[in-house]
Amino acid sequence: MARPTSREAQFSNTLPASVRGVDRRSLLRGAIGAGALFGGASLLGACGSDPAPVASGGASAKAGPVSFGINEAKGSGPGYERFIGMADAYTKNTGAAVTTNAVDHNTFQESINTYLQGTPDDVFTWFAGYRMAQFAENQLITDISDVWPIDGLSDAFKKSSTAPDGKQYFVPVSYYPWAVFHRKSVFEKNGWTQPTTLDELNALMKDMQGKNVTPFAFAAKDAWAPMGTFDILNMRLNGYDFHMELCQGKQKWDSAEVKNVFSTWATLLPYHQENSLGRTWQEAATSMANEECGMYLLGTFVVDGVPPEAAEDLDFFTFPTLDASIGNDALDAPVDGFCVSAGGENQEAGKAFIKWLGSAEAADAGNNAASAPFIAANSAASTAKYGELQKKSAEVVQNAKSIAQFLDRDTNADLANTVITASLQEFIKNPSDIDAITASIQQQATSILG
Amino acid sequence: MAIATAPGKKKRRSTRRVEKRQGTRDRMVVIAMVGVPTLLVIWLVWLPALASVALSFTRWNGFRIDGIEWVGTQNYRDIVNIYPPFWPAIQNNLVWLLFLFVFPTIFGVLIAVILDREMWGSRFYQTAFYLPVVLSLALVGFIWQLFYSTDQGLINAVFGSNVDWYGDPSINLWSVLIATSWRHTGYIMLLYLAGLKGVDASLREAAAVDGAGETKTFFHVIFPVMRPINMIVLVMVVIESLRAFDLVWIINKGRNGLELISALVAQNVIGEATRYGFGSALAVIMMIISTVFIVIYLRIVFKEERG
Repeated sequence: MARPTSREAQFSNTLPASVRGVDRRSLLRGAIGAGALFGGASLLGACGSDPAPVASGGASAKAGPVSFGINEAKGSGPGYERFIGMADAYTKNTGAAVTTNAVDHNTFQESINTYLQGTPDDVFTWFAGYRMAQFAENQLITDISDVWPIDGLSDAFKKSSTAPDGKQYFVPVSYYPWAVFHRKSVFEKNGWTQPTTLDELNALMKDMQGKNVTPFAFAAKDAWAPMGTFDILNMRLNGYDFHMELCQGKQKWDSAEVKNVFSTWATLLPYHQENSLGRTWQEAATSMANEECGMYLLGTFVVDGVPPEAAEDLDFFTFPTLDASIGNDALDAPVDGFCVSAGGENQEAGKAFIKWLGSAEAADAGNNAASAPFIAANSAASTAKYGELQKKSAEVVQNAKSIAQFLDRDTNADLANTVITASLQEFIKNPSDIDAITASIQQQATSILG
Repeated sequence: MAIATAPGKKKRRSTRRVEKRQGTRDRMVVIAMVGVPTLLVIWLVWLPALASVALSFTRWNGFRIDGIEWVGTQNYRDIVNIYPPFWPAIQNNLVWLLFLFVFPTIFGVLIAVILDREMWGSRFYQTAFYLPVVLSLALVGFIWQLFYSTDQGLINAVFGSNVDWYGDPSINLWSVLIATSWRHTGYIMLLYLAGLKGVDASLREAAAVDGAGETKTFFHVIFPVMRPINMIVLVMVVIESLRAFDLVWIINKGRNGLELISALVAQNVIGEATRYGFGSALAVIMMIISTVFIVIYLRIVFKEERG
């Protein structure tokens, strides 16, 4: 078993294929090279353990009845509709029955460890990044190198599906950028424009306050929500590389850079909605929709939290530049997708299903079945159903030089879930207590990361 | 209790004689009846408890047995020294215990005494007060969320206030305690009402004949007679406050002012985080605290039986 010898080695392979200072094209070229390297590694690995490696990929996997674990509760909106649409289309195409098991998003995530060690569904919805890698390392998900490559999924996506051992364990289906959302009509009515620099942002926030509009909607009851703000400030002030190094434990949480992020955040907090610790993101989205707040920094899933007429009125911009030498070409754009569980009963049928789920056809089936589409990872997927928001999202992500997954997807789950969550909430409570908070995170990080 | 108090010397001798006559078959039945539950208790309670104690000295991600790494007392040192939610959790658990003991208990007893007077519509009130007990705490949390929500909740809408009931760490514990009490009061009321129905009516008559008023009758006659029920209520309060978990978990996973030991255990082992060693250490601390209360309770019970 090719266990990574150090945490560092484990992380370096899960890095999204992006390096600051390189443009997107050369980055993709780089990723292709890296992909070939990993492809080779996975072939070697396969030779060691499997006498008959399937080089052509997935042809041997026969469609059959599968169970499908979905991390969206029934009736929870477009997220659920899309997955059901995909499952139905698969049954229609191949005649294979798909048994779906839909669980509320947060509940699914929180019970994932027991789920995978119990009697999991054959294929389940999951995330790229550290979260996928740790299950691969612990053999809870199946090596699906033989279903790769999948037509229409770029090498950058292949890389985000690759675990530290060089094999693929994941098939991406969609991604969503985090950006600053606002209502177009409100900006037009007030003569506001999207800011690109800190000065413009400051002027805009002051003007909003003058007009009795809270500049930023903000919710921190779900402890992951404020991570979005931390991430973007960190990437604007210290850059993408620092973000990744911090997540990997190579940078310290009590460093001057991290303190700078918190102190900048502290100056911005007065422009955020008060009482954020008791508010869910849906409630914050509502207060942007009904014009109490001007802007909201969130993932594109914000449209699920606002009424349809407001959803059509939404626009967004990437967070403005805070440091000219760093720029604003990095952002969070987490990748969602699927894994085959090692404990599932129908491994081969699961592989056949997951390969199909990565196809453009599957993405289209999902998007056609739902009231709101996702942004398909597959480049051949139809963009006909995309609203302006999705088209712009796809464009923004393509133009970004560096793409991070998200603080709690890039870093150790223990640290993210038991330490950083509570510490960010503590900071929101006591924004002046930065030294004590960062020292406490670092102490605990040292203990957890060992 | 009857078994513990009844056997005198004479009786024991007679039992022994009966046993001899009954032979091995009955002995087997007795052994099975004692042995099977004992094995179950050992298997389901004692082994996991001991395993928790052992795990609390390790670091383990819960995936593979060979991944268990011995770290000595590091988890305990970390909990006490560098784990910020720990001390607030201890404090909150104590506040929880005191609050439940003072307000819902007294209120529940009061309601029970009033309803016991068979006033008009008392059946309706009984049902109304007891209804929350039937609901799961998760549902209770949801119902109160509708009252407490900052932007869309009933309380802020009616009073025009802008209080962050569940989010402000200086008041959210009290908000939650009120929600818990709403349910706990009905429970205490029912227990007490059942006790009051069982009080011999002649005691009240005798007290009335002696010229004692309502209040005096209750405190000097009824309350002392109800000692067993009082004990049960006391134990219920302690158990309820130690296992307090559902409500805070539903609200915010036991963070930000709502830290409870049970929630911290869950945060470390149930969610995506897999700090099994650390979580076990927290669970062991919780077990020790529970043991203190159990010992106190048992001492009181045994003292009573001796006296």
